[in-house]
Amino acid sequence: MNLLGASALPSCLALGVPSLAHLSLLDMAIIAIYFVMVIWIGFYLKSKANTSEEFFMAGREMTAWIAGLSFVSANLGSLELMGWAGSAYQYGILAAHWYWVGAIPAMLFLGMVMMPFYYVCKTHSVPGYLKLRYGEGARTVSAFSFAFMTVLMSGVNMFAMAEVMKVVLGWDMNFSIIVSSLAVAAYVALGGLRSAIFNEVLQFVLIWGGALLVPILGLVEAGGWNGFKAKLAHNIAASITPGGDYTHMWRSMGHFADNPMGIHWTGIVFGLGFAISFGYWTTDFLVVQRVLAAKNLRSARMAPVIGSFFKMAVPFIVILPGLLGLVVLQNADGSLMHLVGENIVKASPGANLHSYNEVLPLMMVRYLGPGLLGLGITALIAGFMSGMAGNVSAFSAIWTYDIYQPLINKKATDKHYVAVGRWATILGVIISIFAAYLVMHAAGIMDYVQALFSFFISPLLGVVLMGMFWKRATKAGGFWGLLIGTLTSVSLWAWVHFYPAALHYVALSPDAKPMAEDMYRALWSVCTSILVTFIVSLFTEPKTMAELNGVVYGATKLPVEEPVPFYKNEWYWTALAIVVFLALNIYFF
Amino acid sequence: MQFKEISIWFFIGVMLTVYGTMIVVYGLSELVTGQTANVVLANLHAPIWWGGFMLAVGLFYLLRFRPSRNID
Repeated sequence: MNLLGASALPSCLALGVPSLAHLSLLDMAIIAIYFVMVIWIGFYLKSKANTSEEFFMAGREMTAWIAGLSFVSANLGSLELMGWAGSAYQYGILAAHWYWVGAIPAMLFLGMVMMPFYYVCKTHSVPGYLKLRYGEGARTVSAFSFAFMTVLMSGVNMFAMAEVMKVVLGWDMNFSIIVSSLAVAAYVALGGLRSAIFNEVLQFVLIWGGALLVPILGLVEAGGWNGFKAKLAHNIAASITPGGDYTHMWRSMGHFADNPMGIHWTGIVFGLGFAISFGYWTTDFLVVQRVLAAKNLRSARMAPVIGSFFKMAVPFIVILPGLLGLVVLQNADGSLMHLVGENIVKASPGANLHSYNEVLPLMMVRYLGPGLLGLGITALIAGFMSGMAGNVSAFSAIWTYDIYQPLINKKATDKHYVAVGRWATILGVIISIFAAYLVMHAAGIMDYVQALFSFFISPLLGVVLMGMFWKRATKAGGFWGLLIGTLTSVSLWAWVHFYPAALHYVALSPDAKPMAEDMYRALWSVCTSILVTFIVSLFTEPKTMAELNGVVYGATKLPVEEPVPFYKNEWYWTALAIVVFLALNIYFF
Repeated sequence: MQFKEISIWFFIGVMLTVYGTMIVVYGLSELVTGQTANVVLANLHAPIWWGGFMLAVGLFYLLRFRPSRNID
């Protein structure tokens, strides 16, 4: 996910080192077939994207499985795969927090608690929900900020893919940017959200097919999980690997200084597990759009639940290869390879060093021969393209429904809005290309893009939660909650940016590290937006119950769902997901 | 008379079948010629069993979700 991978993202920018892999003709053919497939799907679905409901909402015909896989896939960018595999190499299994506590509770909450309101009110977008609940002002602010950030994030994805292809394969960056953007523009502009969703499901299968073999072979080489732990313990005892607890998730969370991430468990639980995770998974339209396309309420509720099982499994193809890299990666002379930070790689251009973020491609090159390597590289490309397509399709919907229709042309025909959506897709890709080149010439911008994104998401969570679960919340309360919550987030970021010692106050400890700052800043921002919405609402006029019907808990009559066998019931699968989630955390405690 | 929409699972079946076939054929050629790729654990012949697994799953989806005529 773009947001949760924020801190890993900038270091993914590798330097121009000799390429890691050399593709055979078979590999090239596999990559070429992938591009043919995605364009084929786009052309095939063009005839099924004629109305606005079809183009922007995929006709609301998606099954729970398709919506659920698309929901997870839109978030499963390669930038994140490579970044978190690198973090696992560097910090150990702590990195899995971003996949488990940092995702699962929020996904289940979206499906079971929030989705009925999003779905029943028939909104086309999250800003659209804000309009229904708080009025035009909150919708406009949210729509502009979201549209702006989505195309920027798409550009960042594009640039990062070009960088990775340059490092891994030695490809020219312009070539990567042009080819990927043309493919994404073609299949999203042709088939709309349905095409984006179909391709995301295809990409999801491809990512697993291309990446799963790496941890399997890695475990074989390491002698299984116990063999890996024994080798790691031996390397640490022999001072070959830096000391630390690489295989437990919670034991070192008692104090900021006890773990290499510089994080306390309160930051993980309340900052990551609530403020950041709930903000991203329940209010970011990029992912929520996929679930809104489900064919009925039950499917819309099941989609995030299905997605949660796959999300819990992602560490197997991301975190595990990073961990295994600690014991299996070797230099040409047979000695253990030591990956280093990006700054060290940059400072030693002739030393043939590799950065943490190259651990996944290095593992692929280690185990995958012709054909399988092409599949692995195609999985990385697919991950990048699903990230780009997700942003661009969300931009197209927000631009058309929440900016163009209410502010520029209120009374056009449905056909006109579909045409606007297609052009918005192409416009989104063009702006993304500009953003990619902007980032290319000023790589430091990526830090600010990530921070900018976080400024809007956390306060939005506070305002949406208050609006959805408190009937008394008013239009003025929502507007001021959003505004002051955002200003709080910006102010805290600026305080630490210009006065680093302030981290002590923002993250509650002098031992806190930057990753902890993101978590606590998000937490303070949500708390502020909730508090401001609460106080302002008490002094302003609330909406009537009739106006709140369909958008607020307690004022909405939810449709009664048909009884189904337990194995089709969303509550059963939610309970099972909670059990698996708890079991994983206990096993790796 | 019109054609039903092709399921996404059919597209996935096509992709897995094509990829599985290509990888299995390569794996078999390695086995026959004895010239394996210069990768770790090449002796496990991963292209054969992984490619074979993809091919089997692909064929299942290809047949299970093949487009069929639907009379309205």
